[in-house]
Amino acid sequence: MSGRTDDIVRPKGARQAVLRVLLFVILGLFAAYYLLPLFVMVSTSLKTLEEIRTGTLVSLPGTVTFEPWAKAWSAACVGVKCEGLKPYFWNSVLIAVPGVAISTFLGALAGYALTKWRFRGADVIFGLMLFGAFIPFQVILLPMARTLGLLGLAGTIPGLILVHVVYGLAFTTLFFRNFAVGVSDSIVQAAKIDGAGFFSIFFRILVPMAVPTFGVTVIWQFTQIWNDFLFGVAFTSSDSNPVTVALNNVVATSTGVKEYNVDMAAAILAGLPTLLVYVIAGRYFVRGLAAGAVKG
Amino acid sequence: MPGVSLRNIWKRFGTTEVLKGISLDLEEGEFVVLVGPSGCGKSTLLNIVAGLETLSEGDVLIGDRVVNDVPPKDRNIAMVFQSYSLYPTKTVRKNITFGMEIRRVEKAHQDAALRSVSELLHIDPYLERKPGQLSGGQRQRVAMARALVRDPDVFLFDEPLSNLDAKLRIEMRTEIKKLHKRLEKSIIYVTHDQIEAMTLASRIAVMDAGHIRQFAPPEEIYESPADLFVASFIGSPPMNIVRGRVEQDDGIRITVENDGGPAIRFPVPEKFAAGASAYLGKDVDLGLRPETVTAEGGQTGSDLFAFDRPIELVEPTGPDTMLVFGLGGQEVIARVRPEDARPAGQQFRFVANMAKAKLFDPETGRRI
Ligand SMILES: Nc1ncnc2c1ncn2[C@@H]1O[C@H](COP(=O)(O)OP(=O)(O)OP(=O)(O)O)[C@@H](O)[C@H]1O
Ligand SMILES: [Mg+2]
Repeated sequence: MSGRTDDIVRPKGARQAVLRVLLFVILGLFAAYYLLPLFVMVSTSLKTLEEIRTGTLVSLPGTVTFEPWAKAWSAACVGVKCEGLKPYFWNSVLIAVPGVAISTFLGALAGYALTKWRFRGADVIFGLMLFGAFIPFQVILLPMARTLGLLGLAGTIPGLILVHVVYGLAFTTLFFRNFAVGVSDSIVQAAKIDGAGFFSIFFRILVPMAVPTFGVTVIWQFTQIWNDFLFGVAFTSSDSNPVTVALNNVVATSTGVKEYNVDMAAAILAGLPTLLVYVIAGRYFVRGLAAGAVKG
Repeated sequence: MPGVSLRNIWKRFGTTEVLKGISLDLEEGEFVVLVGPSGCGKSTLLNIVAGLETLSEGDVLIGDRVVNDVPPKDRNIAMVFQSYSLYPTKTVRKNITFGMEIRRVEKAHQDAALRSVSELLHIDPYLERKPGQLSGGQRQRVAMARALVRDPDVFLFDEPLSNLDAKLRIEMRTEIKKLHKRLEKSIIYVTHDQIEAMTLASRIAVMDAGHIRQFAPPEEIYESPADLFVASFIGSPPMNIVRGRVEQDDGIRITVENDGGPAIRFPVPEKFAAGASAYLGKDVDLGLRPETVTAEGGQTGSDLFAFDRPIELVEPTGPDTMLVFGLGGQEVIARVRPEDARPAGQQFRFVANMAKAKLFDPETGRRI
């Protein structure tokens, strides 16, 4: 993204040069600080156990081995079962994909209805939903467990999806409401005069305009749901555990020697999808956050 | 092509009354322009006709059908918004055909309609562009095309030219006028620009604070304004209004006192005498349009009255020069030919055409 600010004339001179160098040194340090753990994780995951024992933490692997990755994926012991992270990884996919899709869709619809089809009490409803965004996770654990029990969804993947959708709705509605507030009412009025109704305005006018907001919301929701540990532990049983819970079990397994390389590989595997989502939808994330700041 | 009737329309937002009993009748094919200061309720009225706003009281008729409870899409109207309100993610083509797609108009018919409006408004070259890639004038045309393609009974325009530069405004104004001649559809047109109002309208409705002050053809609005508000709202520069006392002398005169100078006693022509005599000994507001106050020889007529005042300010505009002088504690503008103008500070002989003067009751603002 090159901008009009790139070419603004800047002061020159020795003092400026020194400040500039200093700036980059500081930035470099910050970057290193953030990247070091990742580096240690990746390099450790590629080392043999032998090398980990004898080498240092920050050294590069002498002989690269993908053995730990294969083991983490399909053979590591999670509790008593030794099938690797694979089944739990798919659990997480089965939870995150519908969870993100449903909560994003409902949030988009709610944000649109709350701003463009205003009704009595719309502000109160929005206020309550906003309040939902501030409820701590821990507070809803017991009521939610009871609700899931009543619905017969306790310990199942659909149950966890429901929890994430309900909890996520506050955030997704907020995102889309803020987007929709910025859309000129007269665009909706024009569409009404053109003969469009509630859903055709939503799908044919608003949704195409909301692509950046969808980007932000999907990243946010995906990260939340994929990385969730507490709800996963609380509301699923061992077979339906998401990958985060399984990862904890892999790392915490106390039998035999501690396989740091397998742990590291497992941790990276578990985190990979969120990284992927950022890479794919990241530019929308930035654009969406800045949207509305300037017109046109 | 039915007309539009508004019968005693009231609109309240909570406790604020925005429209206070508006009644208007548009004949078929009429071009009515709504003017009025910002916030007087013009857009609200237009939205009520469009069905985008509910009314608190009264009836809206399109043709002879009461449409109070008819949703916008079934009113057979088309609207051009102040901000154009094009669909930003759709191409110009899709913007124009969206309404027809929603109404499931046959593809062949859609294409034909699109072709004819895009030729009419010269938007062929950018049918595949998005609104963001168009200039203001081009967007304005697209907004117009989107309305035209519907072939509605009534067009509603809410300040459609307000975002354009002066030259483009004049161009588009002419085009709208031509368009109206061709289509002969009823149009309600909101504007702030009085030149636009004067040139386009078959009748102008002057609004103020939720009331209609006057509803008449442009010439009549200009020549016989119903009250002080209309008189000072229409016309640029605005009508000069000075306070004076009605006195009987060798005929009825209006005496305007001046600081540092003799009082000026404007003679009231025969035709206003009867009305003015009712105000003998009382104050009235005397309205003189700038073009009826000139230099000697600047105009002809039987009721010319000459007086002397010092020039305070000289404002050349090109074809005419405005001379500003004080009269009765007010600033008054005279419109003189550039060769008649003199520098500021000089005493100057002005001539007022009293036949074109207007008298107003200072309390009610009504014309006498
Ligand atoms: N939803 C609303 N709630 C409360 N007051 C409103 C609402 N909409 C408009 N108003 C008020 O109604 C009045 C008329 O508004 P309107 O938009 O019709 O003015 P307008 O004549 O079109 O002005 P402009 O020339 O600036 O466009 C304004 O004083 C405005 O504050
Ligand atoms: Mg308006």
